[in-house]
Amino acid sequence: MINKTAAEMAGALAKGETTSVALTQAHLDQISAVDSKVKAFLHVDTAGALAQAKSVDAKIAAGEKLSPLAGVPLALKDILAQEGIPTTAGSKILEGWKPPYDSTVVAKLKAAGIVILGKTNMDEFAMGSSTENSSYGPTFNPWDLSRTPGGSSGGSAAAVSSFQAPIAIGSDTGGSIRQPAALTGIVGVRPTYGAVSRYGLIAYSSSLDQAGPFGRTVLDTALLHEVIAGHDAKDATSVNAPVPAVVAAAKSGDVKGMKIGVIKQLQGEGYQKGVQTRFAESLQILAGLGAEIIEVDCPSFEYALAAYYLIAPSECSSNLARFDAMRYGLRMGDGPGASAESVMNATRAAGFGKEVKRRIILGTYALSSGYYDAYYGSAQKIRTLIIQDYAKAFTKADVLVSPTAPTTAYKIGEKVDDPMAMYLGDVATIPVNLAGICGMSLPAGLADEDNLPVGFQIMAPAMQDQRLYQTGAALEAALLSKWGAPLLTKAPALGGVR
Amino acid sequence: MSSLSRDDVAKLAALARIEMTEEELVSLSSQFGMILGAVARVQEMDLTGVVATSHPQPIENITRPDVIVASLTPEQALSGAPAREDARFRVPQILGEAE
Repeated sequence: MINKTAAEMAGALAKGETTSVALTQAHLDQISAVDSKVKAFLHVDTAGALAQAKSVDAKIAAGEKLSPLAGVPLALKDILAQEGIPTTAGSKILEGWKPPYDSTVVAKLKAAGIVILGKTNMDEFAMGSSTENSSYGPTFNPWDLSRTPGGSSGGSAAAVSSFQAPIAIGSDTGGSIRQPAALTGIVGVRPTYGAVSRYGLIAYSSSLDQAGPFGRTVLDTALLHEVIAGHDAKDATSVNAPVPAVVAAAKSGDVKGMKIGVIKQLQGEGYQKGVQTRFAESLQILAGLGAEIIEVDCPSFEYALAAYYLIAPSECSSNLARFDAMRYGLRMGDGPGASAESVMNATRAAGFGKEVKRRIILGTYALSSGYYDAYYGSAQKIRTLIIQDYAKAFTKADVLVSPTAPTTAYKIGEKVDDPMAMYLGDVATIPVNLAGICGMSLPAGLADEDNLPVGFQIMAPAMQDQRLYQTGAALEAALLSKWGAPLLTKAPALGGVR
Repeated sequence: MSSLSRDDVAKLAALARIEMTEEELVSLSSQFGMILGAVARVQEMDLTGVVATSHPQPIENITRPDVIVASLTPEQALSGAPAREDARFRVPQILGEAE
């Protein structure tokens, strides 16, 4: 049952072929069987999930009209507040904290009858690309347990790719949904900035952060997208516009006559050979389906990585000032003779990990007087140029495409002491965040040299998220018929049931 | 300009309210040479006349009518407090003796 898609599970529930309790229990069993190896979850809410499932079953039995995903289980990135459930953002500074409220995403999931299995591992405060920066230890890639699942939403991606959950929520500030989706062979979408409420999403870089869906198919991802998107008065940056018709787009999957732009700057040198091969093959497939493939030039993208690693740390240095040991979270060094300042210094020293400290210091520097214009100011202007490059490219193409990440999954520990090497993995995903547009990664096959998943990235203008699903569904269907079976059937079972 | 001394890092750490060991200061200072070198690329482009973008979408102040709506109870608000006294957060001394 756990190898079905979320849409199939929902169908079986609606027809009374199974119950949400049985479905939830099957996933809890899979978690017991494989998560000691994968370590996708930081907290499994067994009792809460079963109680939620039971209540959905009662509603189904009573003939209530429910949402399309009612009764289907989900894994939730530990960056989203869920009332009464430990929420850490992967940090020791929040160890043991139980939010007194639900984030809007969680409230919407609950209202839709989606069963929340537990909270998934992540790089501390979403700062990282491998989940190795979690203060609770890394998550392991189900395709090869010696490798990272990517990050920062690595726990959610690993949970879905190892059949511990059919769908999951992640967040994407510089690629943190799309890159782990690529490295684990699943679908991940970063919706348009402001499409999904940030209320209750622990902030890293507020002008870039966006929560979004993971699934094993384009349709499952679309179904979850429609549940979590929509205007929210509790988030002042929430877009007040109708949710794009992503489910309908995922069901149509037609690219005939569509113009698809390949970004010149996001290919070639620096991209692993197997990544390039699978990317080129997907382009050929799309052309075969009637799309017109063109090349577009986005010259300022060369500076996107540099701009991101100034803007995000700057915003994080400000956002993380809230962890002051006063109202919630860890407090160290309190006692006779202690001052508020000495307690803050000691608490933040003990509570934050290496990468978080590195980014706070970098941001503090970039925002300091005398350097502000040269660093943060220049980065903000680069951001304008990136937005203009996209705007120009979208006059020529309906969607833009690139490989999602320059390489397949790398070994745990390989880049952990070389921050710049790690940052380079985000080169193809970051421009989307800087421009506030939307992007999808979907599996394009395995690289010949290492048999690991390769991601194909699709980008669309703000609030045109349906174009991602339309293009993605067409490519997915063609690849599936070429492969004969879903890509994940090639991944090891890890001792679990499939 | 694209490097930070151990003392520069110490100053920034104090501003950011993070106590750092000698080892952390030295290691961060050596990493910053490389990181600042990479991010300083934003200065390579001619940015004359380019407007800065702080946010991906046009934003404006949003207000709501001044009416009482449900909010956290004092008990909920205090539920994560590291220390409390009655219905308040208990914090370490904020002002020095002379202040």
